[in-house]
Amino acid sequence: MDMKRDYFEDIQLFRTNTVLVATVVFLAVLAIVPFFAGAYTLYVLNLIAIHSIVAIGLNILVGYTGQISLGHAGFFAIGAYSCVLLMVKAGVPFIFALPAAGFISAVFGFVLGLPSLRLEGPYLAIATLGFGMAVTQVISHSDFTGGHMGIKAPPMSVGPFVADTGAAQYAVIVTITVILAIAAVNLVKSRVGRAFVAIRDSEVAAEAMGINLPYYKTLAFAVSAFYTGIAGALMAFALEHVSAGSFNLILSITFLAMVIVGGLASVMGSILGAALLTYLQLKLLVIQEAPGIGPFLLEVSKRFLTPEGIPNIQSIVIGAIMIAIVIFEPLGMHGIYLRTKRYWRTWPF
Amino acid sequence: MGIFFDLIIGGFAIGACYALVALSMVIIYKTSEVPNFAQGEMAMVATFVAFSMIQSYGIGFWTTAAITIVFSFLLGCALELAFLRPAKDPTVLGLIVITLGAEMILYGIAGWKWGANQNPFPVPFSEYSGIMVSGVMITEINIWTFVTSVIMMFLLFLFFRYTKVGVAMKAVQQNAFAARAMGIPTRRILTFTWGLSSVTGAVAGMLIAPIATLDPNMMLDPMMKGFAAAVLGGMTSLPGAAIGGYLLGLIENFFGGYVSLEFKSVVAFAVIVLILCVKPSGLFVKHYEKKV
Repeated sequence: MDMKRDYFEDIQLFRTNTVLVATVVFLAVLAIVPFFAGAYTLYVLNLIAIHSIVAIGLNILVGYTGQISLGHAGFFAIGAYSCVLLMVKAGVPFIFALPAAGFISAVFGFVLGLPSLRLEGPYLAIATLGFGMAVTQVISHSDFTGGHMGIKAPPMSVGPFVADTGAAQYAVIVTITVILAIAAVNLVKSRVGRAFVAIRDSEVAAEAMGINLPYYKTLAFAVSAFYTGIAGALMAFALEHVSAGSFNLILSITFLAMVIVGGLASVMGSILGAALLTYLQLKLLVIQEAPGIGPFLLEVSKRFLTPEGIPNIQSIVIGAIMIAIVIFEPLGMHGIYLRTKRYWRTWPF
Repeated sequence: MGIFFDLIIGGFAIGACYALVALSMVIIYKTSEVPNFAQGEMAMVATFVAFSMIQSYGIGFWTTAAITIVFSFLLGCALELAFLRPAKDPTVLGLIVITLGAEMILYGIAGWKWGANQNPFPVPFSEYSGIMVSGVMITEINIWTFVTSVIMMFLLFLFFRYTKVGVAMKAVQQNAFAARAMGIPTRRILTFTWGLSSVTGAVAGMLIAPIATLDPNMMLDPMMKGFAAAVLGGMTSLPGAAIGGYLLGLIENFFGGYVSLEFKSVVAFAVIVLILCVKPSGLFVKHYEKKV
């Protein structure tokens, strides 16, 4: 049913016309949204797009290559700071600073990939966790990066066109997201992507098949860091400010949660996971305003807990979702999609 | 010369805390092959419970400590029962995600219940007075931290050596399948292991809280250090983790004293990467080569 019969079927971008049409419709919707949506909706969509980039990048590492990283907040911070610093201190225009931020982040990814050659599973998780925390520490203690106060991001501009409104930012961010997403789909279908998957399934077997293990493992880290760096740079502009405190362990865990919820080894899943979790996070931050459950939670908090601590519900919910996904639906939303598709394909039989 | 001895004493005191955190991680890692990322938060919640009992209900310090230890044991068991047991053959990534999820939940609960305020944790020991040994001040709190950690380690040693449950835990750690064949209820032992690890962590939390301040982020840094200490000594060796903790405390303090105070926290990461690259199994464990 889903069997691929020749090489061309394996590498083509759109497997069926349905997929092609769905993608075109989706892109068209993305294109016309800014003409109808309000400022807040556009802000939410920007955040979703940025988080999608991170989730895709992290999925290339975790889902396709099978390497665990808990330090992606570090790459996110490196991307954000290098882009803003390049623009503020060196006067580099945005259009060059953005890829530069990605490549700087990729260099750090390559460096972090080096220990991954000798580590696996839990040890790698610990090492990357340490990396993420070390990056935040260094940034917040360095005067060059503005210390704890952070720095203000300049407006992003592409040539003469200055993106200072939400809609203009949306145009820039979503365009970059679409390009990176298509690049990721192509990457995982290529020789490189197959090498990643082979490494995930069995390192020894992959090496025996002639895959250059050190090269592809560090490449996976570098590509993943590149994506995350770009996303970090875009985030700096969406929030108009960067400060070291926001790039903490919780952020790294949230990124991982997006990948897990969306489904490992699926680009579409990453986007879905990022969209779902970003939306949930924003809604849960203001849960006391929700009808019905909001006043009840406020009452409970006043009586037993602290009312100002209510936004912490988002951590609880995200943690619960992560655990539930692992226990009940290890393939995430992509798994649900696959099951549904299989069910309806032969329906009503 | 005075600063040298000050650094040694401070290093041993903070190293004692790292050693306990590292021990609590190693206890779980040995049985379930998962680094418990929720460890720090488990300790933090237990410490907050102790804080509430002292602050809101006015219970004495020693009674509180005893109740907290019971509470942390139950908390550890409950987490294992609720989150790890239902997972059917999870992968390493799955287990890590479960502990991370547990961490998020505990972090959120603590933030919701106690807010983000920094609270002082009251202990009946002074931070300023102590005994003078040839011109070097050893404060009461440093003595208390160090002595408690040593007592805790000694108790753990006795527990693993002489009690039936302790020996059963060691058996499960060595070979779960053979242990089950010998009639050991491995799943129940695993639950107890989580409880024991949680107790060790809670003691560490109560030692760290007076030195640092008590807030939901309190244990993030010590958890990282605990991992570093565990990696330094070897993730599968209890004595290794203890020695690793003291070593890390000393290394970190000397780095802070003589090289750079600002980048003191990066030392832990550097230690992890260095050790993992040079001797991945830790300083005190024989290297084990994985077979295909």
